[in-house]
Amino acid sequence: MTNFTYADGIRQAIAEEIERDPSVFVIGEDVGESGGVFGVTKGLWDRFGSNHLWDTPISEEGIVGAAVGAALVGGKPIVEIMFGDFSFLAMDMIVNQAAKTHYMTGGNLSVPMVVRMVTGTAGSTGAQHSQSLEAFFTQVPGLKVVAPSTAEDAKGLLISAIRDPDPVIFFEHKGLYVGRGGPAGDVVKVDPIPMGVGKIVREGSDVTIVSYLKTLEYAQKAADELAVEGISCEIFDPRTLVPFDRAGLRASLEKTGRLLIAHEAPTRGGFGAEIAAFAAEDCFELLRAPIVRVGARNTPIPYAPIMEKYTLPGVARIAEEVRKLVK
Amino acid sequence: MNSSTGSTSTGISVTLEKGLELLERMMLIRRFEERAAQLRAEGLIPGFLHPYIGQEASAVGICDVLSPQDVLTSTHRGHGHMIGRGADPARMYAELFARVGGYNQGKGGSLHMIDTELGFLGANGIVGGGIPIAGGAALQFKRTGSDAVAVSFFGDGASNEGSFHETMNMAALWKLPILFVCENNLYGEFTRQSEHMVLKDVADRAPAYGMPGVVVDGNDVIAVREVTKVAVERARNGDGPTLIETKTYRHRGHFEGDMAKYRPKEEVEEWMKRDPLLTFSTWLSTERDASKADLADVRSRVDTRLEVAIAWAKEQAHPLAEDALNHVYVESFNGEALR
Repeated sequence: MTNFTYADGIRQAIAEEIERDPSVFVIGEDVGESGGVFGVTKGLWDRFGSNHLWDTPISEEGIVGAAVGAALVGGKPIVEIMFGDFSFLAMDMIVNQAAKTHYMTGGNLSVPMVVRMVTGTAGSTGAQHSQSLEAFFTQVPGLKVVAPSTAEDAKGLLISAIRDPDPVIFFEHKGLYVGRGGPAGDVVKVDPIPMGVGKIVREGSDVTIVSYLKTLEYAQKAADELAVEGISCEIFDPRTLVPFDRAGLRASLEKTGRLLIAHEAPTRGGFGAEIAAFAAEDCFELLRAPIVRVGARNTPIPYAPIMEKYTLPGVARIAEEVRKLVK
Repeated sequence: MNSSTGSTSTGISVTLEKGLELLERMMLIRRFEERAAQLRAEGLIPGFLHPYIGQEASAVGICDVLSPQDVLTSTHRGHGHMIGRGADPARMYAELFARVGGYNQGKGGSLHMIDTELGFLGANGIVGGGIPIAGGAALQFKRTGSDAVAVSFFGDGASNEGSFHETMNMAALWKLPILFVCENNLYGEFTRQSEHMVLKDVADRAPAYGMPGVVVDGNDVIAVREVTKVAVERARNGDGPTLIETKTYRHRGHFEGDMAKYRPKEEVEEWMKRDPLLTFSTWLSTERDASKADLADVRSRVDTRLEVAIAWAKEQAHPLAEDALNHVYVESFNGEALR
């Protein structure tokens, strides 16, 4: 059996792209010799050296700004934000600078930069190390937002993100990293995956579940349970949030007529609201029931495991909401 | 590593011809800004203007030393830096008028103007916003073995931003080829320096990061040029960054329309006597025998050039409203603007 993890996919995409284009480099905290706090860049420093695995002080605004500046003069930086929560320290560089540079210069400059953001909870990581912040970035014109859920998608989408001429926010769920610091897995060839093309993960006829990142796993488990009860779930993974595969969503709703959206971010103002709006705008005549959103409860993320489990969407909540929806 | 004071103008190596060239560049900035203020009053410029008037010697002294491959980031008060670097006033006016012939096709205005051919990476609407970007350009030069240098202009106010401190630390740590140029005009927006920092000299922040800090009379174009030469050589040699503090003064308010009543009259009068154009013109007359005709010619060349530029800019087309949908992304999707 192939041993190919989510972290392997990301690591291999970086390595292959540095080999293909030497202007690609990684910049961030502890990304070099130590291989990153989640071990994602492990081994790359030995292969490519400091010039391509650039370790920095703990200075998020300075790091992202450095990436923006390097990108303006020919570099192709991949920034690692160790925990996505820390991106707020770099928000000016991401939102006011990188996202708007191409636009406000009338197309004269562009920022080909990837910001890899480690997102979501890994269990009791607490309120400042667990957030799912994608909706902060999907709201900003000029940014592309990617959220891979599998090893293959992580690799194929990161290759595309690195080659993309625009700034890309690339979310990696820390709950999908497996075997942190373990030996590197098998090298698997993956072609670049175009942005804006979703994927049907499971075919079904009663309800479409749209989900991504770690929550997609919960949706699949819920679908297994529901299948036993005779409820047939189709699962649609959009893979990229900006651009979003609206045609793919419609194609699924043509089969099911019901929509549930599940993500780890808080429900209020989450990207699920946007997906619901897409469905209402594009597919109103297909909908046989109100759209349901399953997200985190609208609280900061608590530390205690029992409380954390209660606030975040899991298999049971997704399954329960589907049962109500198809009733 | 203590901060030091650059020598005042002794006129080293500046001939009459070179001096008139520097004066003309400063005059171009001055008159560009004065005309821009008038044009704004006439309704031709819809947005903000933060005039550079009074600080011309700083931009011209720094830019005169740079090479074509060098890059710059600037501030909300960026016209002087751009003209100092050699930008075309016609395309600048067109941008201020929000026309497609402008540097940014009318999408940027004063606060976001760029000239990629000159390595002018942009004015910036965020105080301190250009500093990390210049740091990143310098990092790329270092990583790729380029001998180019990055220059970041900013003000005393920006030196209180985290972006300044983070970038100063990284630049010193990595010995980046960068000049941090703090144009200290004594006010961060409406707040005088003594009310926004304890230090008298921003340059004193440099030793804390392990780099030299230099104070220079920012109204003396030759003195600015001399300290810049040292800093640029240091950067190109791989010896790392320098913080240059040019002490200067803006003659007008923070933005066009600000009456600047927060400044004492005596202070303004004192600085007006030190107007960099006035003092340099006098120096050229007494030390380089510039004639009245020489100086009058400079003024007349500048005015002619600007009137031609304004006339050209006024003829440029307005953008179409739908042009607002272009340039959000480099790549469109399926031929449609990305939503």
